[in-house]
Amino acid sequence: MVRLQAKELQIRYGDRTIVENLSVSIPDEKITVIIGPNGCGKSTLLKALTRIIPHQNGSIVLDGESIVKEPTKGLAKKIAVLPQTPESAGALTVGELVSYGRFPHQNRFGRLTKRDLEIIDWALDVTGTKFFKSHPVDSLSGGQRQRVWIALALAQETDMIFLDEPTTYLDMAHQLEILELLQHLNATEKRTIVMVLHDLNHAARFADYIIGMKFGKIVKSGPSEEIITKPVLRELFQIDAEIGEDPRTGKPICITYNLVRGD
Amino acid sequence: MLNYRIQRIPYSIKLGMSVILMMVLFGMALAFGAADTSVKDVLSALLSTAPNDQAIMLREIRFPREVAAALVGAALAVSGAIIQGMTRNPLADPGLLGLTAGANAALAITVAFWPSVNYFGVMLTCFVGAAVGAILVFGFSSFHPEGFTTLRIVLAGATISAFLYAIAEGIGIYFKISQQVSMWTAGGMIGTTWNQVLLIAPIVLVGIIISLMCSRQLTILSLSEEMAVGLGQRVRLIKSILFVLVIVLTGASVALVGNLAFFGLMIPHIVRAIVGTDYRHVLPMSAFLGAAFMLLADTLARTINAPYETPVAAVVAIMGLPFFLYIVRKGGQSFS
Ligand SMILES: Nc1ncnc2c1ncn2[C@@H]1O[C@H](COP(=O)(O)OP(=O)(O)OP(=O)(O)O)[C@@H](O)[C@H]1O
Ligand SMILES: [Mg+2]
Repeated sequence: MVRLQAKELQIRYGDRTIVENLSVSIPDEKITVIIGPNGCGKSTLLKALTRIIPHQNGSIVLDGESIVKEPTKGLAKKIAVLPQTPESAGALTVGELVSYGRFPHQNRFGRLTKRDLEIIDWALDVTGTKFFKSHPVDSLSGGQRQRVWIALALAQETDMIFLDEPTTYLDMAHQLEILELLQHLNATEKRTIVMVLHDLNHAARFADYIIGMKFGKIVKSGPSEEIITKPVLRELFQIDAEIGEDPRTGKPICITYNLVRGD
Repeated sequence: MLNYRIQRIPYSIKLGMSVILMMVLFGMALAFGAADTSVKDVLSALLSTAPNDQAIMLREIRFPREVAAALVGAALAVSGAIIQGMTRNPLADPGLLGLTAGANAALAITVAFWPSVNYFGVMLTCFVGAAVGAILVFGFSSFHPEGFTTLRIVLAGATISAFLYAIAEGIGIYFKISQQVSMWTAGGMIGTTWNQVLLIAPIVLVGIIISLMCSRQLTILSLSEEMAVGLGQRVRLIKSILFVLVIVLTGASVALVGNLAFFGLMIPHIVRAIVGTDYRHVLPMSAFLGAAFMLLADTLARTINAPYETPVAAVVAIMGLPFFLYIVRKGGQSFS
């Protein structure tokens, strides 16, 4: 059974329709990556699937229950979301911010239990942000900050983690570190990961399932081998790509590409 | 950035110090005034029931007045902090958002048409007026399809406040009641009785306690609405609760002391510079420092030019300005 499923989704901002008649199932305990050109509606879809924004038509069902009906706090125990551009956290310290990941698990009075503190510590540790624990988030670099926001999502301790471009701002090593961390969480703890990525080679390498979007529709979805191909990339991005095989991972890799002109 | 030396002091110590500061200033407020009394007089007035003049003056005039000052200071500071967090707007202040002007206008209308209004009526009037003022400001600023932004709220707040003040003034002149109205609105804590304090105190205390219980919700909301939804907050419900809290706290304060521009803006800024922007820390600290500041302001108002009273609003402005400029100069980043 698939836990999270959307059918015939329509999402609008005001009277502008962004996503029309889109159906998708998120494979459980797998890593799903959404790719597609800027403005095609990736973030919009991600937000709708996580009830951050409402959808106008169609249904989104999690564990057999419409997400519109489920209490939002209950959802927050199942789904963590990292938005594309989190707002400034001001003078909150890293430790304070990440502690709010425990919010959905706390009662009204919100004392952090020993277990809460352990998970916060773990989230800081695996994202390499422990050192900054008492620093204000705004005093960190862009990449350090990004890792703090990821720590916040991890501290939420959910089965499903949705991340919108979690690797922006990160240097190459840290990009890989975050992706490997997510892969590790997926492999060892069976967490379902859904993320938007722009780096096709990262998508190919880490995804079990890729969703290729354009103009608010899913053009094609499937395993890397079916999506990171010359014709699909041409349709998605108007690029003429040279696809090879990564000698280390055996996954498809985009070696070089040109824009398709006069198409 | 935040001063790291201040920042490294544990929060519990900072909070403890603000409580001590408040208590010391409370003692000072009781001891100093137009009628000079000593610490010993204060203690004996509190501990005995001796019917001498001084003890009665302390028990019936100065004591309720200073309790009122502490309550109002705490209420204004907490409501200022809430409204700044909610709107993510460092310039938000109950005074800038039409609450004070609304209460003012309502007060003028009530005094004009119901001159014999009792204190309870005045308080109710202030609540209703504050609510109407705030709803007008938020209503107007959310006309725009993108909803309310910092700039729009400030502009709408300034415009509608000016409009409401004009109404209050017009009514005051027309019905020749300007003096009575300004007795309420500019009077500060003069003449506060125990009855008034006992009416307001439960409202303010309950308001502050509920605010403290909402402090984590407020921090999350101050990050962004998306973040708040993602973390499982019922954003609409929480916003409504916070909104009501601000109206109740501000309304109660205006009923007691009238207009105190800047206070709700200034204290949370000072507090954030000391404890950061986690509202779990900001709200309690705002309550205590707000109370402390107001006690100091009222003591000064009573003593600078004794036996005449200086308007407490003027004292607040003069005391607050240098502080405020200093904070602004250090950079507004201490706001989330
Ligand atoms: N809050 C909003 N109000 C109105 N329109 C919006 C809003 N957010 C996004 N849009 C529009 O919806 C479309 C899809 O935006 P979305 O953010 O989903 O794109 P995306 O695929 O995530 O792009 P990117 O790769 O640049 O992040 C865009 O045309 C954008 O202009
Ligand atoms: Mg996006």
